[in-house]
Amino acid sequence: MRVPVKRPLPGNTPPALRDPAWRGRVFWALAGLALLWPMLVLTEFKPWLLLEPDALKPALRFLSDFVPPRLDGDFLAMVARETWRTVAIATAGLTLALLLAVPMALLSARVLSISALTGRMALLPAVVRQLVRWLLIVLRSVPELIWALVFVRVVGLGPTSGVLAIALTFSGMLGKVYAEILDSGETHATTSLLRNGSGRLQAFLYALLPQNAAELTSYTVYRWECAIRSSAVLGFVGAGGLGQQMDASMKMFNGSEVATMLLVFMALVWLADRISAWLRRGLA
Amino acid sequence: MNADVKAAANEVYKLPPKLFDARCKACWFVLGVLLLVAFSFGTLDLKWGQFLSPEAFAKMGKFLGELLQPETSPAFLKKLLAAALETLAMSALGTLLAVMLGLALALPASKTFDGDPARWRSLTRLLLNALRSVPELIWATLLLIAAGLGPFAGTLALGLHTAGVLGRLFAEAIENAPSGPGFALRVRGVGESRVFLYATLPQVLPQLLSYTLYRWENNIRAAAVLGVVGAGGLGQMLAFHMGLFQMGETSSILIAMLFLVALVDGLSFASRRWLAS
Repeated sequence: MRVPVKRPLPGNTPPALRDPAWRGRVFWALAGLALLWPMLVLTEFKPWLLLEPDALKPALRFLSDFVPPRLDGDFLAMVARETWRTVAIATAGLTLALLLAVPMALLSARVLSISALTGRMALLPAVVRQLVRWLLIVLRSVPELIWALVFVRVVGLGPTSGVLAIALTFSGMLGKVYAEILDSGETHATTSLLRNGSGRLQAFLYALLPQNAAELTSYTVYRWECAIRSSAVLGFVGAGGLGQQMDASMKMFNGSEVATMLLVFMALVWLADRISAWLRRGLA
Repeated sequence: MNADVKAAANEVYKLPPKLFDARCKACWFVLGVLLLVAFSFGTLDLKWGQFLSPEAFAKMGKFLGELLQPETSPAFLKKLLAAALETLAMSALGTLLAVMLGLALALPASKTFDGDPARWRSLTRLLLNALRSVPELIWATLLLIAAGLGPFAGTLALGLHTAGVLGRLFAEAIENAPSGPGFALRVRGVGESRVFLYATLPQVLPQLLSYTLYRWENNIRAAAVLGVVGAGGLGQMLAFHMGLFQMGETSSILIAMLFLVALVDGLSFASRRWLAS
């Protein structure tokens, strides 16, 4: 159908030749700019400083140092050892987190309450569950880097603080999500067992766990992948592993060492991502 | 596997599979995990003795005791407020930079119609993956060399890492958008940029917004700790006061961090509900 644009149909207004909403758009664009200004001031956003010779020269020297990455045998052996330590810190931390998270998840899961089988949950168990939930919130809302900073002060430099930091933060995340997974599934088998007089641990092992095992494992594998990433970062505050070596090389402006370690780190993250995706596909 | 189980349910005399046989995937998985855990604990020089020693406990106790008395002098609170605002601005500006860079990279990284040659797709995807796989904190330490100590390096670090994350999500959203409106414009000879602005963008905008809000929430958490390496905000203050063992100040900063994160969580939850309704 062809409608001539120039001549309006009788009784119709001519089609808008301009954006009818332009007033609103201009207003919101200006409001956004007005908000942006204080942010630029607060963050000292001065990109031109990057191009000044004092800043540019060391940065360029550091970057040009990247290009042959350092690849001699001794250094690569050290990087391999530290990479394993990063993986080991993540794994050990996650194992301890699991030891903390499983009891807390069992304590805070609603399905395993016997008093809730007949109407409302009794007061004491409800209070205990809420307290455990708050504890989990506190554990996971302090970032692992802060925990690591605290533990480095107490136990000194080294992997112990990294393991503990990961254990505490990840126990909070795992405990919360485990309890949610347990509560959100089909509860029929569990309640049947509980109503017939089985203990809560029995009901968990024979009904709740087999039903949700795949989902729980899949989430744990995903968190292991996250733990590897964060254990590399924890090294920057002195908790051992690849991060600590990277920090040391960066402080000496040794670009070629940093380049090797960055490449190894990217490969590690990629590998962990692949392994975790493969395992989770197998579990689904 | 499932077919076998179903067949077994009909045949009365068939025995269940053996608990452990060489093809049992779960057994190998469990064995692998146990070995990994054993080697991890075995090869790390963990100093449990030192951690569980009375001195360490006394130190922890002292730490915790001092943490319970946050510093509340008005001068310090003013500094704290400034640092909190700085963290907030870092996260918001970092996210904004990431949206711009991410969108700029998402366009070449997406194949929008069947005949699209998308020559740059694999190269930009590689770049996005590289940006994404380096954590903010490592970007920040790298950028400190060029940008110097302060919030600017932190903002750029947040921007670079988040650009990798958002770019990939944006590219996927653009590729998955319904192709009808774009096709209708394209057959009339409308150029690619206008096809994007008038057909693709309006369709994916809500999704892009919700990804952005989600990442902003993440970035506030990240911005709070980024300062530990000297990149501004609450984290820099925290590292400073904790380095001097001023636990009262440290405790106030920690409370401010938790409060900031809770505030943003609440805001983002509310805004997502508002967007959904």
